Amino acid sequence: MRESKGKIVATGGIMGLLAAILVKFGNPVNMGVCVACFFRDIAGGLGLHRAQVVQYLRPEIPGFILGSFTIAKAKGEFKPRGGSSPILRFILGFFLMIGALVFLGCPLRMILRLANGDLNALTGLAGYVIGIWIGIQFLKRGFTLGRSTTQPSATGYAMPIFSIGILLLLIAAPTFIYFSESGPGSMAAPVLLSLGAGLLIGVLLQRTRLCTAGGFRDAILIKDFHFLWGLIGIFAFALLGNVIFNFESFKIGFTDQPIAHTDHIWNLLGMALAGVTAVMLGGCPLRQTILAGEGDGDAAITIMGLIFGAAFAHNFGLAASAQGVGQNGKIAVIIGFIIVLSIGFSIVANVQKQSLGKNSKEKGGLQIG
Amino acid sequence: MGKGKTKSINMIDARGRSCPEPVIMTKDALERHSDGTIEVLVDAMVAVENIRRFAGNHGFHVEVKEVDEGYSLLINR
Repeated sequence: MRESKGKIVATGGIMGLLAAILVKFGNPVNMGVCVACFFRDIAGGLGLHRAQVVQYLRPEIPGFILGSFTIAKAKGEFKPRGGSSPILRFILGFFLMIGALVFLGCPLRMILRLANGDLNALTGLAGYVIGIWIGIQFLKRGFTLGRSTTQPSATGYAMPIFSIGILLLLIAAPTFIYFSESGPGSMAAPVLLSLGAGLLIGVLLQRTRLCTAGGFRDAILIKDFHFLWGLIGIFAFALLGNVIFNFESFKIGFTDQPIAHTDHIWNLLGMALAGVTAVMLGGCPLRQTILAGEGDGDAAITIMGLIFGAAFAHNFGLAASAQGVGQNGKIAVIIGFIIVLSIGFSIVANVQKQSLGKNSKEKGGLQIG
Repeated sequence: MGKGKTKSINMIDARGRSCPEPVIMTKDALERHSDGTIEVLVDAMVAVENIRRFAGNHGFHVEVKEVDEGYSLLINR
């Protein structure tokens, strides 16, 4: 038990340090690795949205997927699977991204922001935990997206090949790929460093299964603090890394934090939406990315939902900016809650109806009570 | 689903379920059959690890066997 705790803290620690190092070498401040932001940048790089400041084919993401793919293959854990409510996963992924971009970061960036003194991330954290708690209430009532089943091997190779395609486009840089000339999208560590960090994180996370939603979910649901220790590792070592490598940008407070805003209620609600969707999906964006590398087609569809959500968020002005959250973003979060909670209630109602039907059949159609 | 029932009443089929459903299904089964043995079928190593950690933390003994397309976990006191 102790050994496994050390391993998960070390995994989080390496991620935290790598995030600080990536910032040192050029990635945006407080965004050493942010899964939502980087999928958003990739969506922009591919021209799916035209927000000129957030367009870049971030090599960290293909790194996560290919790192996970390689180690899963080596360990015999690569398994093409899928077919568990794909369209619902797409929708949940979509709204997870909307919530994250209203807060301005995925749950991983929330921890990294906190580790650089951005106290708005505390509000986000409160929202994330509330969202996870709501998700748990659905799980306790039998919420499920259904079983996945074995799929043709092409399903499993889809995302690793997508990742190689992204890397080739990054290197070839054809004119139809967009690269930001200013703003966060223009800030990037050298490609090889980003890719190397991504690969290493992909390997480590495939082995340890670390998940930001799992950390809080398991602590609340089954009093298992294993993954939470990993998150503490990320925080502690990102803090240490920032103090060592990025001290000039380290600042404790709410105002004037890099790529953040102080609309507290929307920071909270954005991350609450991310929390509830992450629990329903069985993992945060980071975990979905790792699963996609292992051949999980359901995680791949979730990622497509994330990318679609990111493109939508910037095409329709839903994403927040340093100035705060616009009207459209607020409406999108509210619509997101309505749709996501409706999915939750509808599935729970179906599950309960089914188990009632099964019980009455077992009792020869006789209802007792 | 129905096939498992004829084999053993305490068999839980958690194959293909997303996290943390296999653990919740195990938890529910252990609450119902805390004295007996339950068998849980899963098809991913992450589910094996999560269930083993959960059952271990609650004082249960877990034996893992590789079976066709997955793993079988025998859990008892």
